[in-house]
Amino acid sequence: MALTSSNDIEFRSVTKKYGALTAVSDINLSISKGAFLALLGPSGCGKTTCLRMIGGFEQPSEGTIHIAGREMNGVAAYHRPVNMVFQHYALFPHFNVEQNVAYGLRQMRPRLSRAEISRRVGEALAMVRLDGFAGRRIHEMSGGQQQRVALARAIVNRPSVLLLDEPLAALDKKLRTAMQIELQTLQRELGITFVLVTHDQEEALSMADTVCVMSAGRIRQLGAPQEIYDRPADLFVADFVGKTNRIEAVAEAGGTVLRLADGSAMSSSAHSTGGGAGVPNGKVTIAIRPEKMRMSRAAAPGPAFKGRVTHRIFLGSVTEYAVAVPGLGDFLVTEDRNGLATDNMVSPGEEVFLGFPPEAAHVFPVQQP
Amino acid sequence: MPLKPQTRHKLVTALLLGPAGLWLFFFLVLPFIAILVFSVGKRGPVGGYAPAFTFEQFANLGTRAAAFVNTLELAPVGAFSCLLVAYPVAYYLAVKVNPQRRLLLLSLVVAPFWTSLLMRTYAWMYLLGGRGIPHLLELVGIENVRLINTPGAVLLGIVYGYLPLMIMPIYVSLEKLDRKLLEASYDLGAKPIGTFFRVTLPLSLPGVMTGFALVTILLLGEYLIPQLLGGGKVFFIGNALVDLFLQSRNWPFGSAIAVTLVAVVVVILTIAMRLTWRIAGTRKVDLV
Ligand SMILES: Nc1ncnc2c1ncn2[C@@H]1O[C@H](COP(=O)(O)OP(=O)(O)O)[C@@H](O)[C@H]1O
Ligand SMILES: [Mg+2]
Repeated sequence: MALTSSNDIEFRSVTKKYGALTAVSDINLSISKGAFLALLGPSGCGKTTCLRMIGGFEQPSEGTIHIAGREMNGVAAYHRPVNMVFQHYALFPHFNVEQNVAYGLRQMRPRLSRAEISRRVGEALAMVRLDGFAGRRIHEMSGGQQQRVALARAIVNRPSVLLLDEPLAALDKKLRTAMQIELQTLQRELGITFVLVTHDQEEALSMADTVCVMSAGRIRQLGAPQEIYDRPADLFVADFVGKTNRIEAVAEAGGTVLRLADGSAMSSSAHSTGGGAGVPNGKVTIAIRPEKMRMSRAAAPGPAFKGRVTHRIFLGSVTEYAVAVPGLGDFLVTEDRNGLATDNMVSPGEEVFLGFPPEAAHVFPVQQP
Repeated sequence: MPLKPQTRHKLVTALLLGPAGLWLFFFLVLPFIAILVFSVGKRGPVGGYAPAFTFEQFANLGTRAAAFVNTLELAPVGAFSCLLVAYPVAYYLAVKVNPQRRLLLLSLVVAPFWTSLLMRTYAWMYLLGGRGIPHLLELVGIENVRLINTPGAVLLGIVYGYLPLMIMPIYVSLEKLDRKLLEASYDLGAKPIGTFFRVTLPLSLPGVMTGFALVTILLLGEYLIPQLLGGGKVFFIGNALVDLFLQSRNWPFGSAIAVTLVAVVVVILTIAMRLTWRIAGTRKVDLV
């Protein structure tokens, strides 16, 4: 007990199978008290399954899950100190807002007094800025408001962990951004552990303090948002979190020299390599973020490829360019306004030189089948 | 000659609704108007109908008060008994049974409709009569059990005959129930029994109401089952109507009774719908 008390949730070698399909495979994960963890991954990678196993709606096929130091295998959902905000809210259509929020409080034993219940419901509604909506029917509320009701219905019970399954997916972009900030504020105020499932990397990076990237039922990387973005553990993470340019190359001389497809070579001493270990000789993929690429009209010192701009996409604060480099493929380059003055922007069809600082390159060995 | 889109649209609508509309007009609306007219008429010298405008038929309704009371008792009691048996079956079919066997079981529920209710009621008459179950009971030493011609036999026949009509709407509304709502209830600390009474049951009420209204209304006109299994000792509105139209040929009085029955049905339906809307919380809930 004492050993695990600082962790709210622990997955110990958890595997979940649905018949022949393995949805989640050998997950080991500790979530500390008060953390805001995002489970991030493409659709079908097992995020919801993990969340549902914490909530008690699914049981692990192998391994154990511990909540607040207590093993939870076989413990029913209604006996767990966690609450969930469901993907499509799952609000009770036959109750009004107040009755929805009070539902959990009414189940508590010993019973809470009416006054206590209505006080706490009022508090929760105020917290999600829905005061004055208590008597409304659910179908009279907008999507954003329903989302807040779902949130209030969960936090009013003061769970030690709040589970959120793609809570913002159904909202439009503006509302989503506003709710991201609100959720973050709420989490800090309440001090409740949040576990958020999302397939939206922006959402995960902006809200969570720890991001757990998953694919095909496994954890690919666990870390702070900056760490995930700046030092992706593998090519999958580099690709899934943010945009990435890839260059195929061959590592030589114990991985210190990278020879590119166009014949040029670069010294690799400064490159970041996945787990920090060196790169063995053989095929590798170099990954570079678009905003780390340098584009200029004249050749600059350092590694540079000559290419031709094929598209320019003006995005407001930044501009994206697609550049075709013979022999190496297409590159995506992001320039902010300081890069090339707006009145001097490179136009499609122009010839440019691309380069990047060596420390911006991530080198991953290509898995040999 | 090409038709304008609007004309075309109207034509298609007319073709789609035409047959049913005509049918309803000739076999429901016109007869009902006839009944309304008859109900304010007088009995002809040799029976049938003589034109008049009088409410004396309605004033006479009291003479058949017993039939009304019996019917208004039988219909809800029968419907409620049906409900008690049907709900668990519908719940099992919609929630518990594995989907591969569901279709088979559903078709078994409606299978009795393949033979006529009259035949099946005769079968019950035999089963409950002296040479049926009581005879078997005698063989194992239990004597003098009387089943046929009791209120219990009538109730049994009614539940048996109307069960599918109750199961189906309840099944449909339970089937539509979002399982996530049950999970949300568990998540908020409610145990399965609490979840049933606070979530499942209220949300299946539209189906319950539909089934209840349907069976109640049909039972208001039922007279066959009480006749065959109850020994015809208790009179219902159905019996009264058969008697008035076919035997004593007092068409105006029969019409007055029929009109009153329709009025009762309308009132029951309205109350049932209002109640359902109130509980289900929205007017968008349809009655299935
Ligand atoms: N109840 C279930 N029965 C069978 N397969 C399931 C069930 N739930 C999820 N799966 C499968 O498990 C995998 C992971 O699903 P899920 O956890 O929902 O993914 P995510 O939330 O990351 O999109 C998917 O392949 C999905 O089809
Ligand atoms: Mg999911």
